[in-house]
Amino acid sequence: MSKEIITNNAPLLEVKDLKQYFPIKTGLFQKTPLKAVDGVSFSINPGETLGLVGESGCGKTTVGRSILRLYNPTGGEVFFKGEKVDAKSIGHMRKEMQMVFQDPYSSLNPRMTVEDIIGEPLDVHKLYQNKKERREKILDLMELVGLNAEHATRYAHEFSGGQRQRIGIARALATNPKFIVCDEAVSALDVSIQAQVVNMFEELQEKLGVAYLFIAHDLLVVHHISDRIAVMYLGRVVEIADADELNNNPVHPYTQSLLSAVPYPDPIKAKQRQRIVLEGDVPSPLHMPEGCAFRTRCRYATERCAKECPSLTDRGNGHQVACWNK
Amino acid sequence: MSETILSVKNLHTSFTTDKGEVLAVNGVNFNLDKGKILGIVGESGSGKSVTAYSILQILEKNGRITEGQILYKGEDITKYTEKQLRSFRGKCCSIIFQDPMTSLNPVFTVGNQLKEAIELHTGRKGKDAEARAVEMLNLVGVNEPEKRVKQYPYELSGGMRQRVMIAMALACEPDILIADEPTTALDVTIQAQILELMQELQKKLGMAIIMVTHDLGVIADMCDEIIVMYGGRVCERGTAEDIFYRPAHEYTKGLLQSIPNVDTIGEKLKPIPGTPINLLNMPKGCAFCPRCENAMKICIEQVPPEMQMPDGHFASCWLNVKAEMEAQQGGGKNE
Repeated sequence: MSKEIITNNAPLLEVKDLKQYFPIKTGLFQKTPLKAVDGVSFSINPGETLGLVGESGCGKTTVGRSILRLYNPTGGEVFFKGEKVDAKSIGHMRKEMQMVFQDPYSSLNPRMTVEDIIGEPLDVHKLYQNKKERREKILDLMELVGLNAEHATRYAHEFSGGQRQRIGIARALATNPKFIVCDEAVSALDVSIQAQVVNMFEELQEKLGVAYLFIAHDLLVVHHISDRIAVMYLGRVVEIADADELNNNPVHPYTQSLLSAVPYPDPIKAKQRQRIVLEGDVPSPLHMPEGCAFRTRCRYATERCAKECPSLTDRGNGHQVACWNK
Repeated sequence: MSETILSVKNLHTSFTTDKGEVLAVNGVNFNLDKGKILGIVGESGSGKSVTAYSILQILEKNGRITEGQILYKGEDITKYTEKQLRSFRGKCCSIIFQDPMTSLNPVFTVGNQLKEAIELHTGRKGKDAEARAVEMLNLVGVNEPEKRVKQYPYELSGGMRQRVMIAMALACEPDILIADEPTTALDVTIQAQILELMQELQKKLGMAIIMVTHDLGVIADMCDEIIVMYGGRVCERGTAEDIFYRPAHEYTKGLLQSIPNVDTIGEKLKPIPGTPINLLNMPKGCAFCPRCENAMKICIEQVPPEMQMPDGHFASCWLNVKAEMEAQQGGGKNE
């Protein structure tokens, strides 16, 4: 990685033991908490990209949303630039913490022009003196994400998926944020367009020094864009390490099978490699297994796994793994 | 010598829409050999799914095959009557769809739906068909099949549902199985299970598979032969090795460069510039030329012919024609 990350400073974002439960009706008067996120901790440095991967239902999207307080977290703390994020402080913090959504079709208001979509965060945070300044800022943003200034008066439906995603990114950048949650921001795009948007994310980071929490299920893309990667399974982080370290030397059995399952675009390599195929399905988060959540599908599971839940331990160089046996 | 089971010749499929006629498949040719896995890869709107649906003739009401032939064991199935088609579907050729939740009927049990397919296409009835349903579920690795036949689709997970779909498609032992993005809606670990299962069943039952997907990884993993489509046309077709190691079409090259790769970590990706094609506004010449960096004058004006490359695979790109002409001229001068 050619990028330089300032590590001597305090982290930009610190998540400590974040918990997000949703009450689910399981009977007439009975409610069971669905533990979507159950004790997640990590930190992100300024200008860094942390990839967050996992299968559907593992809580990766919920983590992103809880950090931005789109949900009200059940427990845990989030610090942004050392200041605690709570219901009160989030108002001014959202100026510096933004989000890009997965679906570029439903995340843009079809009744608004591109100019108004990108201008809305400017309006909310009152970031301009007069109309002229607002328009200039919008056109600058459009140029930044590679959109044609002539398109400012068009509506979202007139654009292709890749261009819509660019509009969404321009909107997120409008307030000049230091941190952006990218929730499956490239998953809905075709490969050739996906590469354009991935490159743009990287260029914007170099130019503006913004940090990303890059949530995705495509491990090849995540490996490409991330400095560090966290792997989630059923609401918990099971492994977190440098991107290259995680890919070359995965320790947790779940990470190992996840990486071995990625279809690799090379016929000879694909036929040679040994897949670790996991048995069965992900258990329902309503009926989480006791102890380690992964033990029901794990090859190495022992009695201890059923009793105690492993926590993240450092295995050197910041490579943290939550597993009793590895 | 391998036996060609399905041969598609100059297929054109068109849709009538409010905005005009959309030619979704525009002169597609390919052969499918017995017991082989053929991959059709392309971006959204490239016509890959429509090609698959044209074979089964399950197009939307506004779509129709306007030209070309589809030969199944030498018989042109585009000339089949609806009755003949009904026995062709299921028995000779069946399909699994992308989203197993929407392709199963939510108000009938899994067993009921499997039984329906079996009774319709094989001689088995009643208890006999039920036994076959359980047998099929067992074959596709559904645990406790006797219990599962009594369950409804919503009670099963995504991976299980896709297994049920595969069981249904294979219940009548078709010669051809069309898989339209069979794993796109599934998680990677479940995707690995399903791909493994399909490969295993293909070896066991010996059917041919047409795999329609946008995922080059899945294609590399599964397929013997590959067709790359763009804007309703075939850009390139050949063996998996030809396409991945010796791509001869600019679009294929661009596509392979735009996927992140372990070897290119730390480097910038090389995306294909421009936006995807609009089928309502097709360029006159090569469909890819508005996004092609090496486009020549002729690319804008004329559709490139399909040309056989030295290694035996086919590509439709004027650059290859030019290269060959130059080689011939160069050779002539030297002599």
